[in-house]
Amino acid sequence: MNNTQIVLSAEPLNIQSCIDWIMSPESGGIDVFIGTVRNATKGKAVLKLDFEAYEPMAINEMEKIAQQAFEKWSVQKVLIHHRTGTLQVGEVPVIIAVSAAHRDAAFAACRYIIDTLKQTVPIWKKEAFEDGEVWVAEHP
Amino acid sequence: MKINVLAFGVAKEIFGNSQVSLELTNDATIYNLKYLLEQQYPRLKQLASYMVAVNNEYALPGDTIHERDEIAIIPPVSGG
Repeated sequence: MNNTQIVLSAEPLNIQSCIDWIMSPESGGIDVFIGTVRNATKGKAVLKLDFEAYEPMAINEMEKIAQQAFEKWSVQKVLIHHRTGTLQVGEVPVIIAVSAAHRDAAFAACRYIIDTLKQTVPIWKKEAFEDGEVWVAEHP
Repeated sequence: MKINVLAFGVAKEIFGNSQVSLELTNDATIYNLKYLLEQQYPRLKQLASYMVAVNNEYALPGDTIHERDEIAIIPPVSGG
């Protein structure tokens, strides 16, 4: 589908190329969410994050979320890019971009996509601290 | 039937490998698979939760497993 772009990449994500792809004369607004690696979790310094994906299923689930966004809101294009591998503080693990004729749909769909991605897409991150490493959300 | 189970994230550490192979009865369900895995790898029960995927889709406990299905253990996801 040329109104959807889903990418899982071991290479750094390119914010500008995402914005270039989502821009179009039909759109009245673009909403972009950029996730970044934070330097601390619950007051503990984070050194780096490692992202692992079950790649074919992750792509499959991201496509489903994009499809749901088209069904729920009047949006024109949806882009979801996600990184795998090791990311340093400040690097970008995820970019969501949505275009729509009107901003309400773009804001709502973008929020839905990142919130749902965090719940359903089989991607895992391991946080590295000075005293060890932990898979996020491992324990209750 | 013999099946391979793929593991990701913390499940890979619990299994000590990125996949394990198991012997299941021919009409085994996801529920049977989880029970067997939890017997062999009790640490699975300490996870907040975990799902099983069959051929890249989340499966339900009553779903039947077929030989050559691609089975994966999906511990709590944390992308984004």
